[in-house]
Formats: sequence, structure tokens, C-alpha cells
Amino acid sequence: MACQGLAKGETTNTLKAESESLKAKLEEERAKLHDVELHQVAEKIDALGQFVMKTRRTLKGHGNKVLCMDWCRDKRRIVSSSQDGKVIVWDAYTTNKEHAVTMPCTWVMACAYAPSGCAVACGGLDNKCSVYPLSLDKNENLAAKKKSVAMHTNYLSSCSFTNSDMQILTSSGDGTCALWDVESGQLLQSFHGHSADVLSLDLAPSETGNTFVSGGCDKKANVWDMRSGQNVQSFETHESDINNVKYYPSGDAFATGSDDATCRLYDLRADREVAIYSKDSIIFGASSVDFSLSGRLLFAGYNDYTINVWDVLKGTRVAILFGHENRVSTVRVSPDGTAFCSGSWDNTLRIWA
Amino acid sequence: MAQPSSCAQSSNGVADESPNMLVYRKMEDIIARMQDEKNGIPIRTVKSFLSKIPSVFSGSDIVQWMQKNLNIEDQVEALHLGTLMAAHGYFFPISDHVLTLKEDGTFYRFQTPYFWPSNCWEPENTDYAVYLCKRTMQNKARLELADLCAESLARLQRAFARKWEFIFMQAEAQAKVDKKRDKIERKILDSQERAFWDVHRPVPGCVNTTEADIKKSSRMKQPHKTRKSVYGLQNDIRSHSPTHTVTPEVKEPTEDELHDQIQHCQEQLDRHRLKMSKVAESLLSFAEQYLEYDPFFTTPEPSNPWISDDVTSWELEACKEAGQQRVKRWAFCFDEVMKDPVGREQFLKFLESEFSSENLRFWLAVQELKKRPIREVPTRVQEIWEEFLAPGAPSAINVDSRSYDKTTQNIKDPGRYAFQDAQEHIYKLMKSDSYSRFIRSSAYQELLQAKKKVQPQNRPRHTHASLC
Repeated sequence: MACQGLAKGETTNTLKAESESLKAKLEEERAKLHDVELHQVAEKIDALGQFVMKTRRTLKGHGNKVLCMDWCRDKRRIVSSSQDGKVIVWDAYTTNKEHAVTMPCTWVMACAYAPSGCAVACGGLDNKCSVYPLSLDKNENLAAKKKSVAMHTNYLSSCSFTNSDMQILTSSGDGTCALWDVESGQLLQSFHGHSADVLSLDLAPSETGNTFVSGGCDKKANVWDMRSGQNVQSFETHESDINNVKYYPSGDAFATGSDDATCRLYDLRADREVAIYSKDSIIFGASSVDFSLSGRLLFAGYNDYTINVWDVLKGTRVAILFGHENRVSTVRVSPDGTAFCSGSWDNTLRIWA
Repeated sequence: MAQPSSCAQSSNGVADESPNMLVYRKMEDIIARMQDEKNGIPIRTVKSFLSKIPSVFSGSDIVQWMQKNLNIEDQVEALHLGTLMAAHGYFFPISDHVLTLKEDGTFYRFQTPYFWPSNCWEPENTDYAVYLCKRTMQNKARLELADLCAESLARLQRAFARKWEFIFMQAEAQAKVDKKRDKIERKILDSQERAFWDVHRPVPGCVNTTEADIKKSSRMKQPHKTRKSVYGLQNDIRSHSPTHTVTPEVKEPTEDELHDQIQHCQEQLDRHRLKMSKVAESLLSFAEQYLEYDPFFTTPEPSNPWISDDVTSWELEACKEAGQQRVKRWAFCFDEVMKDPVGREQFLKFLESEFSSENLRFWLAVQELKKRPIREVPTRVQEIWEEFLAPGAPSAINVDSRSYDKTTQNIKDPGRYAFQDAQEHIYKLMKSDSYSRFIRSSAYQELLQAKKKVQPQNRPRHTHASLC
């Protein structure tokens, strides 16, 4: 009936107006406690000196763009995945390839190392996350032992084991995140709240931690409670897709890298954005970010083929690293903080220290 | 055949642009400033032998302008950004297929907006064939096809054997139009056209800047894009065309989603927030405290394996002897003790001496429970209940009555979080009570002063094989 339609339209409009006014009120409340800027408080500490950061290893072997990588807890092994469908496990220290798997799809956008070091997970355009146990027998066909764990309705953008080999957290182009039991493939919890593709997630570093943060194409960064599936905090200040999210080592804050060419720091206790890392000369999107062990440095990989190193507290750039010949797609610091690894569309990975 | 002007303009302007458009927009802003009459790069016509080279500027001109106008201190950075802009086709070296920026006397020219990447060209091979074919008709030594182009032309002739007559006709028509143009104008347009093809059919070894991230490409779909032909238009093809923006699909929120949003906001409003000044101090002190553990600031003992090619520091870490620096960390906060396996061992020993080790054992058992496959959970929950909480439990722990009641309820339908409340209570208890005593204990102090060495337990070395 025409008048029912009208009433419904009015309800949606009033709801929208209410939502907007609440959002504005929330911003007001957040702003009230904004008595000083982080970089102002940081004026009292010494500026950082010159850093010597060089490529210490170059890993060649992928036939196409490197899309993702992850470190093993043994601090030297890594797993990487590529557009050509290959997932490779390397001893980055010796640059030897130890395992290789060919996925049935191209664009393997996500890969992760299990905490035990005995398995890797990966996925991408196949909409799935699969776990491969790593065999000691080099001749064994890894693909034979493959276990399909997660099923999404769009591409898998990111995956991460929790503290255990038995659970995997995934994010997807279908706009959701999900927690899975590896052994049975059962969905343990799903997380709804993003209004567009979710591109990245990171688990909180705490021992008691039960939360994770996600970022996506709706420009939002959401913090989730793993137990209830609730979105407990939300931040929306970026002007374009958030490509990557990473927790600050204390777990009280997290950084984001975005297509708006900025990286930003959000603090959970202040409940707001507390720093922006940007420069006029940086116009290409940031694809990936990670902190050094103390949280003082933020390493960010960009679509302009460079890696910029930021002083997290002062907000200034301390170094720009050239070397890759195409977009940098992934940047991760090693578990003991002695180096970081970058993966690029130039088909290589580099270890920097 | 769609005209560029039929592209949809986003009503929101910049805000809703797809990621690629955002970058193109920024590069175009820079180009606009470079082309500014007063403050831009001086464009000139250079006399050479018997001819003139119209509308050029040098590589050094570009670099100097960028350093002055874009806040770039470092020349290397300016060269890099300039090379990227050239690789995307916004300006190009007039005598080279390879689109880089060199800081010397090499001449460059601006690309015409018609060929800008923001127009989302995805030119078909038929267009490329028309182009190469046209080039063979233009009888100038200067424009002779390079080996690579000749190869491409031969390949396309084979691929489009049936269509070749049509392609040939198009090429002829284009060549005719070109002939009518003024000589200088033709030089400029020819070079711009060639640069366009250098972007879309890059020389092997050059980055193809038109490659898209597949995760973003779904939002760049426009119905007319793939059908837009470079050469199908009339004579005025080279006129300035408005760059169009993409209107992404905006999902209208449903009533339910709006209710959720409202509820979420209301919950957020009740949140307790800290003042920025406090937060800043906290971030600063954390970074300061951990600076000595950060290998980018403090070289690990004896060296960083990646730099020195010596893995001694990793071997030391693995041998389970907790050095002074490692023991010091346990005093930073309770989480540090709990994170470190050796820390947990020492804390457990201390609790045993105080006859309260069941607290830590309970906490560890619950952590372990959460790591098990879901299939094992009900059994494990029962075991933990029997051991720690049931009446007459051998390692009875003391929890508040509220947590106890909740837990009793939870184990009737056992899940991974059955003991969550009890676990949180026990954690708080250990943190506020036992932990501070542990840090002040003589056992800990002796470790800290490295008087006594930690006894390494019989654990396997952390090599890849034995981790499994």
C-alpha cells in the first residue's frame, strides 16, 4: 500500500537522523578529552638519529606478485603467497625454499604460519582458508593433506591463527570476519558490522586478550570481542579503504594503512585517532604497516614501491627505503623484532635490518 | 560507442572515489600546478638541426620544480615520484619508450588529458593494431617501428587475420586525419599517442602501472569502459575531456542495520575515556621502557643475526637460561611474566612456596582449554571442573560466589568460555596479590641480580623438526 511505503520511508529517515545525531554526539564526547596532541607531548623526548636499514636478504622464487607473508615463531622462517597461486615456506636466513604448495586458485591474498610452526594456512580468490600441515619429508605432496577450514562468500583477504593451531580467524570480501575450529571446520563465531569488504585483521597481543581489530573498504576500523561477536569500538576517520591494521605492542592502540596515503594511530583508551602519518610527497596508498618491538617505529609499505619508517610518537618520517621495483604489498616485523620482511608486486621478498 | 562525457559524475565529488581515482586525482593536481603559467615548469620550443622540438621541458626542470613546490627535501625522492608520474603516463621522455625520469637534459612533454589514466582506458588489442598499422603508413624515418613494435604488429596481424581489412581501414582513416594537422601539432600528438601506448603496452621489463589490485577492481567497473575505443571517435577526439569519477555502489542501510548503529552509538557514549594527555604519557613510557629490547635501537647480544650472519643470539634465547635483561622484563607488568614460559615457571615455583599454585594451574588449564579443538572441549571442561572447582576438588581455587554460580551454570552446556568469569577473577587476584610479592621475593631479586642461574628444564631445542 502506498501509505505504508511512505510510513516506512519516514521511519528509515528518522532512524538515519537519529543515528547521525548520535554519531555527532559521540564525536563531541571524544573531542572533550582531547587536551593535547601526541606529538606535542613527544616534544620532550629526543629525536631519533639516522637509521641504517638495508636489505639483508632477497628472496626470489615467486613467479608473480607477492601478496602476503607471515613469520614463523622460530624468528627465521616465513611463509609467502603469490598471485601465481604458489605458497612458499622459506628459511629466510639461508634464503632456502623448504616447502611449496600450488593452490587451485590464483591471487592467494592471505597466508599465515601456525604457532607450532607445523602448518600454514592460506586462501584468496577461492573464498576459502585451507590449512596445510608441513611435512618433514620434502618429497611428500603437501597438497594431499590439505584441510579446508573456512568458507566465505567472497575472497579471503586475511587469516591468522589465534594462540593455537586449532583456531583460525579470517576476514573476507564478503564483509565479515569469522573464527573457525580447524579440526572440524566448524564456525565458532562470526563478526558482522562492516558495510563493505574487510581487508585486514590483527589479534590483540595480550595473554588475556580476547579481542581483535579489523579494517576495510568502508573506511572503518572495528574492534571485536571474540567471545560475543560484538563490535565493541569503532573508528572512522580515513578517507579511503583501510588496507591493513596492526596493534601497538602494548595492545592499547593500533595503526592503520590506507589508500588515502596516510597511516593513522588510534588509541583504545582515548577512544580516538591520536596521530596521522602523512606527507605531501606521499600520494600513493599505504598497503601494509607494522610496529617495531618497542612501538617507537612504524614501518609502512606503499603502492609507490617504497617503505616509509615513521617515528610513532613524534609523527615524523625517519627514513624512506627504496629497493622494490613495484608496489609493496606486505610488511611484517619478525617475532623478536630483529628484522622486518617486505613482499612486493615485483615478485620478491626482502628482509631489512 | 560511448563519449567520455557520458560517464557518471559522483555527486559527492572526491569523497566517494575509488582508491585508484584518488591517486590519479592527486597526480593531476600536481600536473595542474606544474602547468601553471606563473609558477609552473617553463615549457619551451627547442631548435634542433633543421626542425623545432615543440612544447618540452627538461628532467632537471621537473626535479627542481618538485623539490621547490612539493616540500621534498631529497632529490632521490623527487626523482622517484617523478618516475612514478611518468610511468603512469602524465609526462614522458620524447625519445624513449621507457617511462622514467632522469635528472638531466632529457626532454619531456606533458600528456594530453584525453589519454590520462583517470579516463580508465582499457584499450583492446584491436586499437593497438590500428595504432601500429597507422604508424607503418606514416612515412617518416623517425617514426619507423622499433623491433618490438614490429614484432607486436606481426603477432596482431596473425591474431586478427580475419579482421585485418577493417583494422587497415581504420588505420588509413586515422592517418588521413593526422595528415591534415599542422606539422607541429602532429609532432606533439604523435608523441602523446606513443606515450599512451607505452603505458598500456609497456616495454618488457617495465612496470605495467595499469595493473589493478583485484580486491579493488570490482568497484571500478563501468559499463562503457571496456567498449570504449581509442580510435572510434570523430575528428575532435583530442579535445580536453572531463575526467569522470566512479560512483561506487552505496548500500543503503536497512532498518535493522540502523537500529544496530543506534544501539552501538549509545553503548559507545557510555564508555569511559582517558584524557589524551594521560594516553600520550602512557604511550611514551611504554616505548621508553621497551627501547632496550627493540633490536632497531639496541643491538641484541652479541649481534643481530641478519646483519652479522651469526645466529648466536638466537641460540642463547633458545637455551632457556633467562639472562638479566629478560628477567627484568617480568617486573614491567603481570602480562610479561605470563607471556614468558620461563617467567611462568618461576612464578609457579614461587606460588608453590606460598601454597597457592592452584590459581596459576587453573588459569593455564583454561588457556589450554581455549586452544583445543572444539570436539575435546566438553571433556576438558569436566576435567577442569573436577580438579579445581567441584566440591572436594583436589586443587580447589577460591572464586567469588557470583563467578562460581555462573560457572556452575556454564558447565551444564560446556563451551570454550565456560570458565571465563572464574578465570578473569583468578587473573585479577594473582595480579593484584601474588605478583607484587613475587617481584619483591628474594628468589626473583636473586635472578635479577644474576646471582643465581635459572635451572634449564629438559626441553627440546627449538628447531623446526622438534616443534611438531
